Amino acid sequence: MDWFPLYNSIRVAAVSTVLVFFLGIFAAQAIAKLPRLAKGVLDVFLTLPLVLPPTVVGWLLLLALGPRRPLGGWLLETFGLRLTMTWQSAIFAAVAVSFPLMYRTARGAFESFDRTLAQAGRTLGLSDACIFWRIQMPCCRQSILAGTVLAFARALGEYGATSMLAGYTPGRTATVSTTVYQLWRTGQDALALRWVLVNLGLSAAVLLAVNLLERKEGRSWP
Amino acid sequence: MALTVQIQKRYGDFRLDVDFTAEDGQALALLGASGCGKSATLKCVAGIDRPDRGRIELDGQVLFDSEADIDLPPQRRRVGLLFQSYALFPNMTVERNIAVCLGRLDRRERRRRTAELLALLRLEEQAALHPRQLSGGQRQRAALARVLAAEPRALLLDEPFSALDSFLRQQLEEELRDLLDRFPGPVVWVSHDRGEACRNCPRVCVLEAGRSSPARGMAALMADPVTVSAARLSGCGNLVPARPGPGPGLAEVPAWGLTLRTAVPWRAGVTTLGFRANRVRPAEAGEVNAFPCRVVRAVEDAFSILVLLLPEGAEPEAPPLRMELPGEAWAALPDRTRLLASIRPEDLMLLE
Repeated sequence: MDWFPLYNSIRVAAVSTVLVFFLGIFAAQAIAKLPRLAKGVLDVFLTLPLVLPPTVVGWLLLLALGPRRPLGGWLLETFGLRLTMTWQSAIFAAVAVSFPLMYRTARGAFESFDRTLAQAGRTLGLSDACIFWRIQMPCCRQSILAGTVLAFARALGEYGATSMLAGYTPGRTATVSTTVYQLWRTGQDALALRWVLVNLGLSAAVLLAVNLLERKEGRSWP
Repeated sequence: MALTVQIQKRYGDFRLDVDFTAEDGQALALLGASGCGKSATLKCVAGIDRPDRGRIELDGQVLFDSEADIDLPPQRRRVGLLFQSYALFPNMTVERNIAVCLGRLDRRERRRRTAELLALLRLEEQAALHPRQLSGGQRQRAALARVLAAEPRALLLDEPFSALDSFLRQQLEEELRDLLDRFPGPVVWVSHDRGEACRNCPRVCVLEAGRSSPARGMAALMADPVTVSAARLSGCGNLVPARPGPGPGLAEVPAWGLTLRTAVPWRAGVTTLGFRANRVRPAEAGEVNAFPCRVVRAVEDAFSILVLLLPEGAEPEAPPLRMELPGEAWAALPDRTRLLASIRPEDLMLLE
């Protein structure tokens, strides 16, 4: 059995989770400071990938990144950089669909963060960066961690947008989810079952991790 | 050196308009009922809120000036604000809470100064605890240590004892007073408790519905509150509408059907007569300002009796007159249903 799809899935999910972690937190923090109208509009826009069918997200991504589209075409011509049908292409898809999960949990956590703590920090001469990383983030870490794990799980299971952007090339862009589909389509049920079991094990491991984290978090600070 | 504050700000329908100066070595109490804008004022001074108009100056340095478009961030104001909730960082130990405010020092100096502050506020044993593990008094001390770590040039205290049980207050108040005595800069102490203000602040600025009245000496405020709101805050138990009487030095109280002699002449703007409950006394016939009363109710307090009286000529819906007596004096009265009460003319305050 060729283990490449598992390796590729984890690789894509890990890279996209790191990206989404920072993007989501940055967006949540930036949007919290905006006036109400801009906040509402941007919030809808940033949450949209969560409710759109992944194929629609994939189609929209291809609209920007495809080799015959302005951005994708320009990058291909100028730098020879191909944005579709490579293993990295799956990262775009994973980031797009998992971003709202991180963004929303981070925003919820920041909104419930006791603002007097930040105010106290400022009167005590602490820089805004110090307040953010050493007070606000630790105080919100429970939600942030939950958001991160959710985003990772979502990226791991991504199929629709990934198959459109990265396609299915065995040994190059195949992920667990695209492999299962491919095996079923070509009637290799026995092999498909093995991958389904791998998938079940992986998902169970992620959920177990979430539960363990939550139990640990429950203790919080004394 | 002094902290001069002169600001205006609108919060929806609420208007904040305060003007006061706090000087070194003379803590200034901002005294007012809750919701009168005391905390909002402190937030503006510390730089957390931005006033609409005005000027804030500390030791000659302008912290805020709407006309010159100066608005220093809180980090550069060096004004220490002790939050009502103390706002200790819950994710850090007491020691870290202090040390994190000493970022300007090198590691060794920081450790030394942290230890010094922990010792000053008797928190050595709590150094490794998190805020949630501390008692109310320890939290307050930890918050103070942290404020002092930032080396502020002025201190703002927002109801420092409101989060504490009353039996803890007395000792903590003495400790805080000792600490403030050694603080070189101006101190502003927000309170709604006249006793607390009286014990700790030689000067007081009364705030009512967002407006400040000129700062005065605490003793002067207690003796002559001038306005009704200041009288109420100073603990004046009897406030009753009055008008000028039929002769000089006379005031009429229509609700009680009384004409009373006052030591100070009536002046324009006066609407109310005020006197403290403990200045009302049972009298002999023929005394000045003596009038017969019916006892409505007697309420026992810890060390005294509060007697609610209704003068004989009072209107049916008139508010009762409060008289406070030591328990023995009340017990010694021959008749506790009717009595003759009096107030000395010099105890009557004419209020605007």
